[in-house]
Amino acid sequence: MILQRFLTRLLTMAVTLFGVAVVVFVVIRIAPGDPIAMMLPPGASQADIDRLRALYGLDKSIVEQFFIWLAGVLHGDFGTSISLRQDVLGLVMNRLPATLELSIVALLIAVAVGGVLAVIGARERGTAVEAGIDVANGAALSIPDFLWGLAFILVFGVLWPVFEISGRVSPRLELPFVTQFYLFESIFRLRFDLTKDLLSHMFMPALALALPLAAIIAQLLKQSLKELLSLDYVVLARVKGFSETQVILREALKNAALPTLTLVGVQFTFLIGGTVIVERLFSYEGLGNMAIDAVINRDLPLIQGIVLVFALLFVLINLAVDMLYAVLNPRLRHG
Amino acid sequence: MIPALEISGLSATLANGARVLRSVSLTVEPGEVRALVGESGAGKSMIGKAVLGVLPPSVRIAEGRIGLEGTDLGDLSAKARRALIGAKTALIPQDPLTALNPSRRIGPQTTDRLTKILGWDGTRADARIRQLLDEVQIRDPERVLRSYPHELSGGMRQRVLIAAAFAAEPRLIVADEPTTALDVTVQKQILRLIAALQREHGTAILFVTHDLGVVAKISQKVTVLYAGKVVEEADTPALFADPKHPYTRALMAATPKYTDPFASLKPVDEAVLAGLATEIAAADRDWRAPHG
Repeated sequence: MILQRFLTRLLTMAVTLFGVAVVVFVVIRIAPGDPIAMMLPPGASQADIDRLRALYGLDKSIVEQFFIWLAGVLHGDFGTSISLRQDVLGLVMNRLPATLELSIVALLIAVAVGGVLAVIGARERGTAVEAGIDVANGAALSIPDFLWGLAFILVFGVLWPVFEISGRVSPRLELPFVTQFYLFESIFRLRFDLTKDLLSHMFMPALALALPLAAIIAQLLKQSLKELLSLDYVVLARVKGFSETQVILREALKNAALPTLTLVGVQFTFLIGGTVIVERLFSYEGLGNMAIDAVINRDLPLIQGIVLVFALLFVLINLAVDMLYAVLNPRLRHG
Repeated sequence: MIPALEISGLSATLANGARVLRSVSLTVEPGEVRALVGESGAGKSMIGKAVLGVLPPSVRIAEGRIGLEGTDLGDLSAKARRALIGAKTALIPQDPLTALNPSRRIGPQTTDRLTKILGWDGTRADARIRQLLDEVQIRDPERVLRSYPHELSGGMRQRVLIAAAFAAEPRLIVADEPTTALDVTVQKQILRLIAALQREHGTAILFVTHDLGVVAKISQKVTVLYAGKVVEEADTPALFADPKHPYTRALMAATPKYTDPFASLKPVDEAVLAGLATEIAAADRDWRAPHG
């Protein structure tokens, strides 16, 4: 059963990715702005323009261009960046780990904060504590991540500078890393001085990304928990002598987490989408920051490469959520 | 002898001040089965929930005391009350389909009280639950303990819940309509099992039911409840031989008989209900909820 589900998902994933590739390819060619015109000085001859256009294959029809590009992608060749004049795949893979680390740290913060608030809110249901959590959730939800980012820069970067507000790591540090996963590698190498520096850079953008998601988790999980807390098996656990907190953690949390999990999967992709602006805000050297440069420079191959990697990331996350759901829900596993 | 359960003058109200229990008093002696019988809405489950400390938040105990083996629950802190109820009582719930956590295996669900609340070690708890599963005639405890609830039938689940209830040797079990949600054929087996385990373990049971047939089979004492008020209390044989209160008689008359299944079902006589309503209204006039 699980295998069949998995294979179906793989097929849909391929179709999705193909669709994304087509749309992006067409849209960025229809959008105004000519990358070649931007590369050449004003007053370049038409012959020069045509030569450069041919060099990047932009003189062919859009359909031809697409299949040339697609054939390349299937062989692992995403083309050459127009603005950076480097291999697109290399550029993207160099930046992707930074964005992944940021997103994962943000997700962990969101799950931790949202989960704790949900459990406290469910335990204190109907009291002022729950009302306070609801108000905080509303505030966190109604302010977008980049505004949180600006507020944090102002408060923790300028007025009370406890965190770094720019970049991924302090430039003065010697980095022994062989991968681009600086944070994970620093932990793995037990270089906690570097971990601390990396986290100090990462904390504010991660928190800005995490807050809206934390609010969603807190709200939804609290609601699911409250619905479960009047069920018979929860009442039975109270009779057994478990305290309300124990009852929530032992009996209700896992079952309440199932509906939340699906939503977290979807919201996590939004969170990753949010890295584009938030990374820019904090000059964090990730994929999102590079995406903005690529768009400004009309760097068609680079935009295509970045969008395709983001799309792949999104479908993989959805797949992971689906599989996790099946693992957590015994009825699906045996069904 | 100290009663396993002693309730005296228990009144409960809803948030809007409406009374749901009206000065209920009853005792369950050690090793005795007392049936608590009444129509739905009479408050019989409410009494069970009050004893177990799991009343819904909308219901408030206005006055009266509940004593578990001589300890007044009202004298204890919430935490101590939780601990006492966990140590001395158990619940056999109404619906075995919803009383087991769908995402936990039967084993940990049935032994967690022993290991986490009573502090037994895992081996002892495991041996204990296997012994109880044997007593409720589950022949493949290995498989059952490893199963998730959805892999067992309703009857099997109720056996598991009965085994779990008796496992910690509670002094009092509240059985809340434990056969109502089951098939008729399974009902009898489950009833027989509860009766057998009750005799074997000498556990006091407060048996909540709406079914006078069940009352006759399992209990030594009966309390008849109407609209949260005790209308009659008697030894079971005496009650059936000579019901004193008109409502009890009406209730018996309204019970379908297997000997005459085609007789039309009679509702409880209107005049009896009118009399009860007057009685209750009079009682409520004299009663004022403490603390307003």
